[in-house]
Amino acid sequence: MSDASAGMLDHAPHFNSAAHEKRAAQMGMWLFLVNEVLLFAGLFTAFFMYRFMYTDTFRYLAFVELDWVMGTVNTGVLLASSFTVVLAVQAARAHKSNQVGLWLLATIGFAGVFLVIKYFEYTHKIHEGLLPGSYFSYDLSESIARVKGDPVKMSHIADANINLNNVGNGAPMFFTLYFFITGLHGIHVLIGMGLLGWMAKRAFNGEFARRNDTPIELSGMYWHLVDLIWIYVYPMLYLL
Amino acid sequence: MSTHTALEEGFPAKHFLNQGTTFKSWATTIDHKRIALMYLVTVLFTFFLGGVFALLLRIELLTPGPGIMDAQSYNRVFSLHGIIMVFLFMIPAVPGVFGNFMLPLMIGAKDVAFPKLNLATYYIYVLGALFAVWGLWNGGVDTGWTFYAPYSTTTATKVVPVLLGAFTVGMSSILTGVNFMTTVHTLRAPGLTWGKLPLFVWAIYGTAAVQVLATPVIGLVTLLVAAEAGFGFGLFDPARGGDPLLMQHLFWFYSHPAVYIMILPAMGVVSEVIATFSRRQVFGYKMLAGSTLGIALVGFFVWGHHLFVSGQSTFNAGVFGVLTMLVGVFTAIKVFNWVLTMYKGAIDFKTPFLYAMGFLYFIIFGGMTGIALAVVSLDIHWHDTYFVVAHFHFVMVGSVVMGFLAALHYWFPKMFGKMYSDRWGLAAALFVFIGFNVTFIPQFLLGNMGMPRRYYQYPEVFRTLNVMSTAGAGLLGFGFAFILIVLVVALIKGKVAGPNPWFSKGYEWNTTSPPDMHNFHEVPVMVDAPHAYEKVPEGTLAAQEAAKTEAEGAHHHV
Amino acid sequence: MNELIESLSWMNDVLFLPPQTSTLAPKIDFLHWQIFIVTMLTFFAITSVIIGLYIKYRRKEDHQVTEVFHPPLWLEGAFIAVPFVLFMAWFTLGFHDFVWSRTPPKDAIDVYVMGKKWMWKYSYPDGPNMIDTLRVPVGRPVRLLITSRDVIHSFFAPTMRVKQDALPGRYTEAWFEATKTGTYPIFCAEYCGLNHSAMIGNIVVMETREYDAWMDDVKRNTYASRIDIGMTEQQATMVTQGAKLALEKGCARCHSIDEANTLLPPTLGPSWVGLYRAERKLADGSTVIADEAYLTRSMMDPMVQLVAGYPPLMPSYQGVLQSGEAAAIAEYIKTLKKDSPTKLGAR
Repeated sequence: MSDASAGMLDHAPHFNSAAHEKRAAQMGMWLFLVNEVLLFAGLFTAFFMYRFMYTDTFRYLAFVELDWVMGTVNTGVLLASSFTVVLAVQAARAHKSNQVGLWLLATIGFAGVFLVIKYFEYTHKIHEGLLPGSYFSYDLSESIARVKGDPVKMSHIADANINLNNVGNGAPMFFTLYFFITGLHGIHVLIGMGLLGWMAKRAFNGEFARRNDTPIELSGMYWHLVDLIWIYVYPMLYLL
Repeated sequence: MSTHTALEEGFPAKHFLNQGTTFKSWATTIDHKRIALMYLVTVLFTFFLGGVFALLLRIELLTPGPGIMDAQSYNRVFSLHGIIMVFLFMIPAVPGVFGNFMLPLMIGAKDVAFPKLNLATYYIYVLGALFAVWGLWNGGVDTGWTFYAPYSTTTATKVVPVLLGAFTVGMSSILTGVNFMTTVHTLRAPGLTWGKLPLFVWAIYGTAAVQVLATPVIGLVTLLVAAEAGFGFGLFDPARGGDPLLMQHLFWFYSHPAVYIMILPAMGVVSEVIATFSRRQVFGYKMLAGSTLGIALVGFFVWGHHLFVSGQSTFNAGVFGVLTMLVGVFTAIKVFNWVLTMYKGAIDFKTPFLYAMGFLYFIIFGGMTGIALAVVSLDIHWHDTYFVVAHFHFVMVGSVVMGFLAALHYWFPKMFGKMYSDRWGLAAALFVFIGFNVTFIPQFLLGNMGMPRRYYQYPEVFRTLNVMSTAGAGLLGFGFAFILIVLVVALIKGKVAGPNPWFSKGYEWNTTSPPDMHNFHEVPVMVDAPHAYEKVPEGTLAAQEAAKTEAEGAHHHV
Repeated sequence: MNELIESLSWMNDVLFLPPQTSTLAPKIDFLHWQIFIVTMLTFFAITSVIIGLYIKYRRKEDHQVTEVFHPPLWLEGAFIAVPFVLFMAWFTLGFHDFVWSRTPPKDAIDVYVMGKKWMWKYSYPDGPNMIDTLRVPVGRPVRLLITSRDVIHSFFAPTMRVKQDALPGRYTEAWFEATKTGTYPIFCAEYCGLNHSAMIGNIVVMETREYDAWMDDVKRNTYASRIDIGMTEQQATMVTQGAKLALEKGCARCHSIDEANTLLPPTLGPSWVGLYRAERKLADGSTVIADEAYLTRSMMDPMVQLVAGYPPLMPSYQGVLQSGEAAAIAEYIKTLKKDSPTKLGAR
């Protein structure tokens, strides 16, 4: 064994050095993230397949029922949280454990804001009877009638080239996929918050002042992925 | 390998089995060898459970009419059999047990890259298994292991816990894949280049890649079907605008590569066993390693051959048919190379070798019937008949179980330091082999006759062959019990095996049997390729290179 | 070729294959025999090689050192080339037959097949509805338009070597031409629940004259005892049902059903008159024959094969049209010929 060359950092006995261990940890995390991407890729495939089948319905519902302002604000919030995670990783590299903790708390704060906004979006939709399955009580024709009475919305619909005659089938599909995709992403946000919270606790214990920065870096990678998935979900659901 | 100091002969005083004997020392161990043994016990139990259900099915099918159970129970039992065998036995069996035990030994590492994750993976698997078994016990499911919508989303049985169990087991499989891939990339001993990697390691590596890339999709499918069954989303229900074929596409996108998760490690085992017992490096190392990766890769693009008569377009059927043929070509390459490995060898016909030959037999017939099924027009007749059942049992049970048993008999002395009776081992192997053929050859013929699968009752014409099949199943069950007795007897009063009872030059034999807690007393240096039994001709370039690397290795050692 | 097939027909007994009662069956069986023979030869060849090698190269000492042997390149090449060529040849032959088995002749008799837990229902476009027993004439191609009312089933007639899944909400197509009279089994091959194994029917293959007589007889006598095929109310034929649905479901708002009808703006949707079996130019430049499969697909996925010159307006009727209803509309479209426009409810 070449313990002497590994420096002062701790490492597990089956690795040669802390750098070796870090390389392995990063690779493991990358592989895990590949698997996460594929999980969502399956859902995106399903979404685009149904969007192709029911194009006008999907576009109409995205326009009428999804609040793009909330979606955009949430995108900004998540981008900001990614930035604070980067700062946490920077601090960890400089072995400033307390700073790491603070930046992580800021990240968790942003994540919390994201979930609160999501909560308002969800309650509004559940109130409208958009929860799919047996709770689904949405009256599409009433919605269309309402939109037809609103000249501003009608001009938007004309601009977007949505044919109201074709809006009909596929409404349950849209909301099933909406809730499934955002719900699964939301679960990932929650898991990320738990992970970052644990890291913050370790940071305030001063652990990253003397140890390597691998745990923070890995948590950061996970959080970036959660952010990245939203970057795809947001235009797919709200803007297309 | 001349660079290695002599190993402790006989049974070592200290080894991984006796370093802590309390329950806690096992339950909290992060040693890959102990985790492998925990997997072994668990998968043997799930195999027993699945086997009992198989026997119940065969007994029911003795008579054309109702026999020992009603239709609903029959539908549940065949679902139980499939789900347990596929998700709880076959997928974790070879990677979980032999991958865990042998991978670090074969690359000269002290452990896998993430030992704690490894233990967690085992518990996640057990949790998923308990979840599934609990669901199966409480009402069960009657959908078959394929969970085709819209049947699975409208049935009254409890699909949700079973699906969540399958999801959890899938998560465990993904993490195992991540762990093994990272281990191969980062923990190879000095001198072990990619070109020298033992073929079992290549097989585990290919398997791990499939696990990471394919399993998330089945995870998603199980979640979607569970949500649909639980809340009635209607995603696969045509009455609400959904598409049932989407479910089949997503399902087979995972479940076909899953077949390769099962078969690739078994192929790796066979490569090792044939090399050891023929005393030759495998014939065409690069072709064998390459075809392993080829199967892993092409395996992702063949799922549509499960849907030849489902209503997909003729063009799609053609594309999936051609790609499926490529898997057949890769497999054929492997078979030829294995056979020719014996050429100019020094063959010793021991129990593991018999299992390897059994594997060849099953892969030839399983593979050729697979080719026949991919000839699209023939699939019209055979699709969803007993022919398909017999085909995938030849591949998934014949080949995979032969590979599993070959591994068990080959590495048993390494794992436990004891040797079983070769004569009894051979006898038990013959029972399994004969029992298997008597069970499944009649099923090929039943498929030819046109008997659809998952049939509770059947017309009188199918009776004779069904009775034969049931008789074979009894023989097969007896064979498995026989093996268990032989091995348990060996554990209790077998002879001491010594570090290398097969005189193998595989890397894993460079340590005591059973291995030390940390695998090796000193970091091994891989000078020769594994299984280098051949005489290096004097004066050749190869001989000079060998001398040079040997000198470097010796230097590194100091 | 035919003689070769004849001379090998004893293979069917060896392989337990059921009698061949369709034009497809000999094609499939012939390929089956080829693959079986090659598999057996391969197996015996490999086994002999293994036994030979074992006899010649038995181990003499524990630590025996073996000779170096580098495989020649041509051998490795052969390991790849031989199986590749063989498998591709089989695939080509098989795919050729597969395409043939998916392409119904134009003069085929149409029968609508509907799977339902746990029975098969057949309806002849201008004739009777039947349960479980399908009657067809010998020597004439029969096209099956298959759907399901609940879960996925699979129509399987082993002696005809015909199988096709029945999907809810969609129509799939299969065809066969019976070559021998008699009664042959039909199974459901896709697991569909409790009585899956009892979902058994029969194909009765009749002499053409007998078949015509039977058809006339049922047409004359059995309208009153007509069995419902999944439509909600009593109806006379699928055509009148289709005509009614075309109005109810709003098809006729965009598709003209009368050549003289000038009330509709011509750009909204293509006219139904003379549509059946016409060659249609699609928006992507390809052409397609407007057969039943195309018509039903256009109801379910209208955008997939959009006709050139029309805007992508039509909504999908997936889930709106019940099983059997799409078939009824397709049957109605078939009656709308250019020269002899059928008036609504003429029958």
